[in-house]
Amino acid sequence: MDPQSLTIAATRAAVQERRTTATALAEDFYQRIEKQDALIGAYLTLSKERALAKAAEIDALAAKGRELPPLGGVPVAIKDVMVTRGVRTTAGSKILGNYVPPYDCTAVARMESAGAVVLGKLNCDEFAMGSSNENSAWRPVRNPRDLSRVPGGSSGGSAAAVAANMAVATLGSDTGGSIRQPASFCGVVGLMPTYGRVSRYGLIAFASSLDRIGPLAKTVKDAALVLRTIAGRDPMDSSSVDVPVPDYVSELGKPVRGLKLGVPKEYFGEGLDDEVRKAVETAIQKLATLGCEIVPISLPHTKYAIPTYYIVATAEASSNLARFDGVRYGYRAGDARTLSEMYRRTRGQGFGAEVKRRIMLGAYALSAGYYDAYYLKAQKVRTLLAQDFAEAFKKVDAIVTPTSPTAAFKLGEKVDDPLAMYLADIFTVTADLVGIPGISVPCGETKERLPIGLQILGKHFDEATILQVGNAFEQN
Amino acid sequence: MKISEKDVSYVADLAHLELTGEERVRFLRDLNSILDYVDRLNELDTSQVQPMAQMTDLGGDAATLREDIHEGLRKSLPHDIALANAPDADGTFFRVPKVIER
Repeated sequence: MDPQSLTIAATRAAVQERRTTATALAEDFYQRIEKQDALIGAYLTLSKERALAKAAEIDALAAKGRELPPLGGVPVAIKDVMVTRGVRTTAGSKILGNYVPPYDCTAVARMESAGAVVLGKLNCDEFAMGSSNENSAWRPVRNPRDLSRVPGGSSGGSAAAVAANMAVATLGSDTGGSIRQPASFCGVVGLMPTYGRVSRYGLIAFASSLDRIGPLAKTVKDAALVLRTIAGRDPMDSSSVDVPVPDYVSELGKPVRGLKLGVPKEYFGEGLDDEVRKAVETAIQKLATLGCEIVPISLPHTKYAIPTYYIVATAEASSNLARFDGVRYGYRAGDARTLSEMYRRTRGQGFGAEVKRRIMLGAYALSAGYYDAYYLKAQKVRTLLAQDFAEAFKKVDAIVTPTSPTAAFKLGEKVDDPLAMYLADIFTVTADLVGIPGISVPCGETKERLPIGLQILGKHFDEATILQVGNAFEQN
Repeated sequence: MKISEKDVSYVADLAHLELTGEERVRFLRDLNSILDYVDRLNELDTSQVQPMAQMTDLGGDAATLREDIHEGLRKSLPHDIALANAPDADGTFFRVPKVIER
């Protein structure tokens, strides 16, 4: 079976019709991982026992001729920031190097209940902090399209695994662009749902007002299928909301003719690579020929999004990461004489440079005398950013932009300049700050054959429209 | 320079981070460069703007309050499982270095 042709529906059908078995598929994927992943580095931990048990369960159903659940037998993998019972979960950090969680993340449990076979845990930037996957404490991930380049981050392993056919679909998390930017760099589809659409229970917290779980997949339809599986209220996460979950898959085919798509001028200015600009403009032309009405709009506060993000996200991170203290789980420095010394050494040795940098920045922004100047100021600018979108969405149904200002960059290119690295998120962070959903869909390649992504942003809880637009673009 | 070496030490203490000499030099440079960039927020007059406080302000029936429940949504973890990941435990408690000097 050609792995590239294995979408979720095709995989499930092959198992259902007994052209293969879930067990044979899982073993086939594990063989490919063994062969390819030494070069790519997408996986941190394989969960073979758990995967093969699930596969056997699905095969038993298929053998009895029962109808398989929507993801029945489909090999998937999970970013290592989502906890998995009995399977090591590190968040890409040394400080959780030997952590074996006692419970499952809700999104992972829902994937498994829908029949998915979880192959393992995927590499990422430490605590999801990074845009290149070079901040993983274990090893960098390489872009399957060009091994000298980064896969993007922080869900670099999630994007690379799909691109290299080492999973049919994966779960990632997005706090500043961490699903969409790697999807764009690796030439796959990446969807960040609305804040509150998917439970965050069991997602190791980075910035709680921004963090979201979402799918990376080969097609828009697969992303819709995974979203339908993981979306919806969860009593274990009080920020997950009770808004009805539409059948994203059956709504995919709705005509896009007459939809109004906003094109914000601020996303096409200085710093946008020429090849990316050309590809995205061509994509927008194509959407116009499909009958969408293209509307020039303005999101005037766009240039304030990155500084706002790096205050809000680091402030929340400095608080969330206080729990890693060497007492209840994870790494502990061995040579401390007092409790306080134990905390400081454990955290000093256990966290990597970028995590420490962000904790420092966040702690500073929240500290006495600076709270108003930095944190409160950023939360106010966040309101202005939300107003930008509220105004725009009075005129348009969705907004189209490039996902990233450039295609994948080289490993090492930005590691010594944190600010340059932060600017890789310039087109993605705003959607995180205001809570709206966004999707990245492949829209061509550079001359060097590097993928380019088209970003489609939607209204709160209107994933259906951005999925329709993405699907129409992909299918034509 | 917004941040001095003293500030770096102060914030590292607040955050319970032991930093190497090299890290202190590096973070002094990085934090100053990032905060210089953050300064552009001061171009905006926000005196009449409310800070964002809620990500899902849906109100009404969509609000996520629930009835109080007595038992908790799940049972507490059994002792052995709660202690299983601890770097140091004695079977009943987490063990840590001495807190009080005699």
